[in-house]
Amino acid sequence: MHGIEFDIAHLLAGSLVLVSLVQLYQVRLQSLLNVFALHAVVLSLSVAWQAYIQGAPHLFVTALIALVFKGMVIPVVLGRIVRRLGIHREIETVGGIGLTMLAGVAMVGLSMVVMLKVTAGDDPIAREDLAFALSVVLIGLLMMVTRRNAVSQVVGFMSLENGLILAAAGARGMPLVVEISIAFSILIAFIVIGIFLFRIRERFDTVDVGALDRFRGDRQ
Amino acid sequence: MAVIFDFIVQGVQMFVVLAFAPLLTGFVRVVKARLLRRRGPPLLQPYSDLARLLGKEVVLAENASWLFRVTPYMIFAATWVAAALVPTFAGGLIFSWSADLIAIIALLASARFFLALAGLDIGTSFGGIGSSREVMFASLAEPAMIMIVFTLALIAGSTQLSTIAQIMALPEVGLRVSLGLALVALILVAIAENARIPVDNPATHLELTMVHEAMVLEYSGRHLALIELASMLKLLLYVSLIACLFVPWGIAEPGVAPSGFLAGLAIYVLKLAVGGALLGLFETSIAKMRVFRVPELLGVALMLGLLATLFRFVSGSF
Repeated sequence: MHGIEFDIAHLLAGSLVLVSLVQLYQVRLQSLLNVFALHAVVLSLSVAWQAYIQGAPHLFVTALIALVFKGMVIPVVLGRIVRRLGIHREIETVGGIGLTMLAGVAMVGLSMVVMLKVTAGDDPIAREDLAFALSVVLIGLLMMVTRRNAVSQVVGFMSLENGLILAAAGARGMPLVVEISIAFSILIAFIVIGIFLFRIRERFDTVDVGALDRFRGDRQ
Repeated sequence: MAVIFDFIVQGVQMFVVLAFAPLLTGFVRVVKARLLRRRGPPLLQPYSDLARLLGKEVVLAENASWLFRVTPYMIFAATWVAAALVPTFAGGLIFSWSADLIAIIALLASARFFLALAGLDIGTSFGGIGSSREVMFASLAEPAMIMIVFTLALIAGSTQLSTIAQIMALPEVGLRVSLGLALVALILVAIAENARIPVDNPATHLELTMVHEAMVLEYSGRHLALIELASMLKLLLYVSLIACLFVPWGIAEPGVAPSGFLAGLAIYVLKLAVGGALLGLFETSIAKMRVFRVPELLGVALMLGLLATLFRFVSGSF
C-alpha cells in the first residue's frame, strides 16, 4: 500500500497531534512547559524526516531552529519567568478538562474532514501533513481560548506556530529566508510577550487575564 | 476424525484458560511481593483459596432474592466463554467464527450487568456504592473499548479475533501510530476493568474507595469462589487479548502437528509470564488514584481510541 516513508511521516505527525492534546490536558505550568518542549522536539523530528524524504537540506535548518529555540531556549526561559512570578499553582480552565479534551478531539476530526476533502488527489504525505497541521493549529487556538493564564496562552500561541511549520514543511517549497524570518519574528514576539507578562503582573498583581476584564470600559 | 480433533483442541483451550487463570493471578502477586521485598504467598495460593472457598457453606442474607444466588453462575459462565474464545495458543479453532471482539465485549458487559444488580440486591450501602461506581467507570470504559475495536477492525477488515491476529502477524501492517494508540488505550481499559491498582486495589477489602470488592462483599462460600475465579479469568482474558492482538507471533495455525500446538502453548505461557511481570511492576510503581480521577483516566483511554480511529481514517483514505 504505502512505503515505510509514509508510515514514519504519519507516525511523527500523528504524535505531534497527540502531544498537542497532552498539552491541553496539563493543569500545572511546569509540566505544560515540559510538554511544550516535547512538542517542539517531535516537530523537529517530523521536519527532519520531511527533509530526508524530500531531499531538501534547508528543511534540516528548520528542524534545527525548532529544536534549539522552541525545544530548549523558550521552555527554559518561560520556566524561569514562571518561577520568578511565583506561579506554580494550578491553571484555571474555562469549562473543565474533560470538555476541553472533547473539543480538542472534535477539532482533530474537523480538520481531517476539511483537509482530506480539499486536498483530494494530492501527494499523500503532503495531505496527511496538512490535515495534522491544521489540527495542531486549531488545538493551539483552543488552548489560547480556554486558558486564562497569560503564560499558558503564550504556550498555546507557540504550539500553534509549530503547526504552521509542520504544514510548511509538508507542502514542499517554503524558502529558507521565510522560515528564518518567521523564526526570528516568533522570537521577537516571545521577548515582547515576556516583557508584557511582567508589565501585566506589575499593574494587576496577577497574570490571570480575567483581571483585565474589569478594566475594560465597555463591559457593563 | 478432523472434526473430533478440532473439538479436542477447542476443549483443551477451554481448560487451559480455566487452569491458568489462578496461576496468572498468583504469579502477579508473587511478582508484587518480591518487588516489595516480601516473601509473599506461594505461587499456587489462589488454587488453595478457591478450594477452601468451595468447601465452605454459603451464608445468604435473609432478604437475598433468586438473582443474588444465580448471579455467580451467570458471571462465571459468561466470563469463561469469553476467555475461551480469545485465541491463546492456537488460531482458527472450531468456534472461532463466534470469537468476535464485539461479542466478547458484550459477554463481559452482561457479566458486569448482573454483578451490579447483585450488588444492589441485598440493599447494603457498600454494595450500592460499588455498583454505582462500577457502572460509572463502565460507561467510559466500554465506549473506549468499542473505539479500539473499530480501529483494529478498520486495519484488519474484520472483527473476528483469529482473523485480526493473522493479519497483525503479517509484515504489511507496518508501523502505525493508530496501533500504538490503540495498545495504550487497551491497557488503560484493561487496568480499569480488572480493578488493578491505579483504579482499584485488588488486595484489600478495607478501603473506602474500593469498587469490585464492595459489590461482592456479601458473597461467601462457593458463590465467592466462582466470582473470584471469574475475575481471575477476566485478567487472563485481557492479557491474552493484548497478546493475541499486538504480539500475535507464535500462535499455532490450524492443521499443524501436535508438536506445533505444544510450541504454541509454550509461547503462550511465556507471553502470560511477561504480561504478568509487567503488570506487577506497573502496580508497584504507581499509587492508587482518587475515585473521582478515574473517569479522567478512562477519558484519556476514550480519547486515544477516538484518535486512533481518526488517524486510521487519514492513512486509510489514500
